[in-house]
Amino acid sequence: MKNIWIVAKRDLGSSFNSPVFYCLTTVFLVLNGFIFVNILNFFSLQSFQVQQQRGANIGLNLNEMVIEPSLQNMAVILLLIIPLVTMRSFAEEKKSKTFALLLSSPIHLGEIIFGKFLACMIIIGLMIILSVYSIGYLIFVGQPEIGPIFTGYLGMFLMAGCYVSMGLFASSLTDNQIVAAATSFGLALLMWILGWATHAAGPELGQLLEYLALVTHLEPFLKGLINSSDLVYYFSFILFGLFLTHRVLESSRWR
Amino acid sequence: MIEVKKLSKSYGPREAIRNLSFQIGKGEVVGFLGPNGAGKSTTMNILSCIMPASSGTAKICGLDVFEQALEIRRLIGYLPETPPLYSDMVVTDYLTFTARLRGVPSKKTPSAVGQVIGKCSLKNVENRIIGRLSKGYQQRVGIAQALIHDPDILILDEPTIGLDPIQIIEIRKLIQELASSHTIILSSHILPEITQICKRVIIINDGQIAAVDSLESLTTRLRKGERLLLKVRQNENEIIEKLLTLEKVATVTEQETTQFIIDCEPHAEIQDAVAKMALDNNWGIVELKPASMTLEDIFLKLTLEENEVKH
Repeated sequence: MKNIWIVAKRDLGSSFNSPVFYCLTTVFLVLNGFIFVNILNFFSLQSFQVQQQRGANIGLNLNEMVIEPSLQNMAVILLLIIPLVTMRSFAEEKKSKTFALLLSSPIHLGEIIFGKFLACMIIIGLMIILSVYSIGYLIFVGQPEIGPIFTGYLGMFLMAGCYVSMGLFASSLTDNQIVAAATSFGLALLMWILGWATHAAGPELGQLLEYLALVTHLEPFLKGLINSSDLVYYFSFILFGLFLTHRVLESSRWR
Repeated sequence: MIEVKKLSKSYGPREAIRNLSFQIGKGEVVGFLGPNGAGKSTTMNILSCIMPASSGTAKICGLDVFEQALEIRRLIGYLPETPPLYSDMVVTDYLTFTARLRGVPSKKTPSAVGQVIGKCSLKNVENRIIGRLSKGYQQRVGIAQALIHDPDILILDEPTIGLDPIQIIEIRKLIQELASSHTIILSSHILPEITQICKRVIIINDGQIAAVDSLESLTTRLRKGERLLLKVRQNENEIIEKLLTLEKVATVTEQETTQFIIDCEPHAEIQDAVAKMALDNNWGIVELKPASMTLEDIFLKLTLEENEVKH
């Protein structure tokens, strides 16, 4: 545990000392804010129309019409941002030959990988937490249900974990950061849209594809449901990614 | 302390080292000498548990580099060929990080960092960013990193490569100071460097050990013959034949059309005779000097010797 934190702390320090973190956070927050404001504008326009047509004072559902689509869009922005956070993890260490320092130190390879994972998760966690202002604002001006907001954010973190574990895997494959980013972006996008092939693939394979798609398991969280099957899916996805990373790094020592 | 038996490593079809066997005792300072690509770095990587060997065993303090890698890593300090420096970190932060990574307890970390900063004379750059330091200081930080957990064994891969002459002298001095309290293995492709620091030399060529010997016996062994370089103004066909008629001359080889290497028996002192012959025949001496043996010659000689023994 101690060793994991030592590795993570160095990565965090290096991220906070470079413009990368601030640049990515700014891009993330600007995009996120822009999308949120537009969804909110559309919502107020619609509720105005509904009130005019029906006359009655029935409000539209804030959770369903603002918070859910905002979080869905956030997941897509994260899909673009996370490969840029994870690409350095191993590729940079290999390129600058500093990986030898970690490998010649008395710590397990697993601890190095978990350390890197933790560092990326803390960075992305910070970004997500900074974006809370938008939905938090709704709590003050409207009456959204609080439960689905929490589960929505939980789903967002788990989903980010999957992106990160894919990103680390991609980064372990190469010493070129751009290759790492492109690979992890491709993998993440593919896992996101895997469900699109459901209809073409026939009933059995289609069901499998739909189960494997990341977005399938995010929906219940956004609706306020925590299914154990979704939790199992996310955790096994993350661990599988980290396991592959371990295999790649271990096998590269033998070659 | 270090025991290597029949160590081999291949990268795909290419064999980097073959059947390497040697022993290193406690407190010894041993030099790995060999041309680039001879397998020095590979051997050092295996000894510092970064990569496993294809076959054979290596033991450090009785521990196997493959089975008990974690324990061994606590005992060795390793400086790879490219120092593993995070160029965006401040020197003290970097050393604190490596100390923690190598298992120095957090309470003892500041004093450990202070000590290596003193040992490696890094005091006046301790608050600077590593990437902006000169190559010489970066190399010192690399050595400091290897020393941070006070290991018994130091493995230094080409510690003076790419440094200017003054920096080389400084690093050499530092290693000599460390030699009193550590077992050191260092590699180089520069002969004089090894001669100044190491007591014992392991010469590796083409993945195999060409010689393991103390420095004195190696140099006497190599001084068996002497060598002269003769450069003349114009080449006449019979120069080689004429030179060979001289007493104690073993071989004459033509390097360029007007340049000859004369190998002769030890203590032959044939300069006078060669000069006289050149004057008598009007070859026109441009240059006549003792030719020193380059590293390549030594390798050639050693590997040839080995082959002669085998046949």
